[in-house]
Amino acid sequence: MPQDALLRLEAVSKCFPGGVVGLDSVDLDIEHGEFLSLLGPSGCGKTTNLRVMAGFETPTTGRVVLAGRDITSLRPFDRPVNTVFQDYALFPHMNVAENVGFGLSLRRVPAAEQKKQVAAALDMVGLGDKIRARVAELSGGQRQRVALARAIVCKPRILLLDEPLSALDAHLREYMQMELKRLQSSLGMTFVMVTHDQTEALSISDRIVVMNKGRIEQIASPAALYDRPATRFVAGFIGTMNLLDARFVGRDGALLRYLSGDLPLELSADANALATDGQMHTIGIRPEDLVANPQAGAATAPAKINSIVFHGRALRMHASTAGGAALVIDAPRQAMQPAFDVGDIVHVSQRPGASCVILAA
Amino acid sequence: MMAPGTAITFLLILFSLALVVFLAFRVNDGSLLGAGFTLGNFSNVIFDPLNWSVMLRSLAIAGCVTAATVITAFPVAYFLAFHAGRRRGLILFLVTLPFWTSYLLRVFAWKIVLAYNGVLNSALVGSGLLSEPTLAFLNTPTAVVVTLAHAYAPFAILPIYVALDTIPRSLIEAAADLGARPWTTFRRVILPNAMPGVMAAALVVFVPTVGDYVTPALVGGPSSTMIGSMIQAQFGKANDWPFGAALSAAVMLVILTVVLIVRTTDARFGSRA
Ligand SMILES: Nc1ncnc2c1ncn2[C@@H]1O[C@H](COP(=O)(O)OP(=O)(O)OP(=O)(O)O)[C@@H](O)[C@H]1O
Ligand SMILES: [Mg+2]
Repeated sequence: MPQDALLRLEAVSKCFPGGVVGLDSVDLDIEHGEFLSLLGPSGCGKTTNLRVMAGFETPTTGRVVLAGRDITSLRPFDRPVNTVFQDYALFPHMNVAENVGFGLSLRRVPAAEQKKQVAAALDMVGLGDKIRARVAELSGGQRQRVALARAIVCKPRILLLDEPLSALDAHLREYMQMELKRLQSSLGMTFVMVTHDQTEALSISDRIVVMNKGRIEQIASPAALYDRPATRFVAGFIGTMNLLDARFVGRDGALLRYLSGDLPLELSADANALATDGQMHTIGIRPEDLVANPQAGAATAPAKINSIVFHGRALRMHASTAGGAALVIDAPRQAMQPAFDVGDIVHVSQRPGASCVILAA
Repeated sequence: MMAPGTAITFLLILFSLALVVFLAFRVNDGSLLGAGFTLGNFSNVIFDPLNWSVMLRSLAIAGCVTAATVITAFPVAYFLAFHAGRRRGLILFLVTLPFWTSYLLRVFAWKIVLAYNGVLNSALVGSGLLSEPTLAFLNTPTAVVVTLAHAYAPFAILPIYVALDTIPRSLIEAAADLGARPWTTFRRVILPNAMPGVMAAALVVFVPTVGDYVTPALVGGPSSTMIGSMIQAQFGKANDWPFGAALSAAVMLVILTVVLIVRTTDARFGSRA
């Protein structure tokens, strides 16, 4: 076989004592040099997945394969993989240089070479001047970067990061996201990052693995995940999406036509060509792809506005249709002529040219 | 709310300390507080070589007790912190169980174990390892060390256990993650971070054992007379309270010196706190 995946999880399951399922038959290929995020709600198994890769948890069933070699039973200290821990786990009895040099000293790197690499790693994360500092003297963001330097100085095949930015304030977090991305591409290293922050995952990942209840829901690029979520769960988790039950009413050339209550919806056929008349599907459509019209038209459905929320460039309207379905509609603010009010009846239609997606359960 | 209690305790300790120092400078005339002032008691302490040899023996025995206690307590504390799982509570309870019986009773128990016709001798003779009982167990410094080490074991186990238990588990995982095998992790991460607990355990054992006189009297025999026995004799049979007070003050100074030396070296090696 030509280019193998760098790390492959094959049907990995992890059951904890007491019957809690941490991972449920996870298949995952991690490619060379990519920035992969594991995204999902609390308790979905992200950390467990990362710990299986690092070797802290042994899968109950399944295999972990690194560059073609089965490493399922390899202990953490024998794996060419390093972790940045959520609490940083810096050694409090060592200074910054000793922390960063810890891995090198175990690899019998000559002292002079160690010093050089430690200094280089600290320069890379912008802490060259803190080399003699004690861990207790560092701020949260600085500890984070020492932890990063300590891991990358070992030149791991894969760097694992468990919610590395969750303890930082919003401003620093955004800065560190860009730093992480910059480091990753300049080192050409493979990063696997756990996060429960979808914005973070969407902004820095090459691919995102969305997990739910120990299973993988979808693996896709940020854009594909946003535009074409595969399941109800992903659609509900990434951004805001209207989930509508709709009946297939026919095909019109390249378009599939659906009807959700009175609201006609259409999507391009290549998205899902298998549909039979009368079949029910869940359709996902983004708030910005719905239009609230003051007058009824050919392809509109009436809905009553329940609330209007200021949302920056848009006004977000929550409305309900005659059939009782809840709709979220984003209207660009300058286009709100005439202005709608809570209690008004508007006529909702799909924005011309906008598509929507069929979602699996 | 705590202030009055603290003040009373503090005053009582200060009062008794001051009394000892005061007595140490008095001339012994048989009366309760002596008469007149002198430095003679201290010159007696310093210039009698017997005091030096007994003091050194006390330090040596206390040092052995401390080493034996800490070394045997560490594995117990380690097991409690890392491997006891759900039985942790039960084992902690068992560790403190000896406190439920009197200290004297536990010393006598060791007498029964170590005596000529005691448990150990009977077992050795019964199993054919010895042809006849030996006198080599009881009334030796070793008997003192064994008895004291046993008595102080819980005092050593608890601080070491707390130190080990409060080491974040992610530190141990981080060490493994960076390539450290279990022994290296122990040596370079667990042990340095447990040192404050080990030091606390050592002090808690060392300080009271230096001045102990009950145990040497009961299981030590003549070859293990400790400084505490001599002080006790001055306040008892010899009825020379000022000299006893001077001895006590000297012992306190020696212990203080040892503690200070240990603490500075400990700080040099950079413990956590
Ligand atoms: N050592 C363990 N023993 C028992 N159950 C565990 C253990 N570790 C994790 N679990 C369980 O496995 C499930 C997945 O946990 P995991 O830590 O992987 O979640 P997570 O996605 O990282 O969540 P979070 O975002 O809250 O960190 C949870 O239900 C958790 O309670
Ligand atoms: Mg987690």
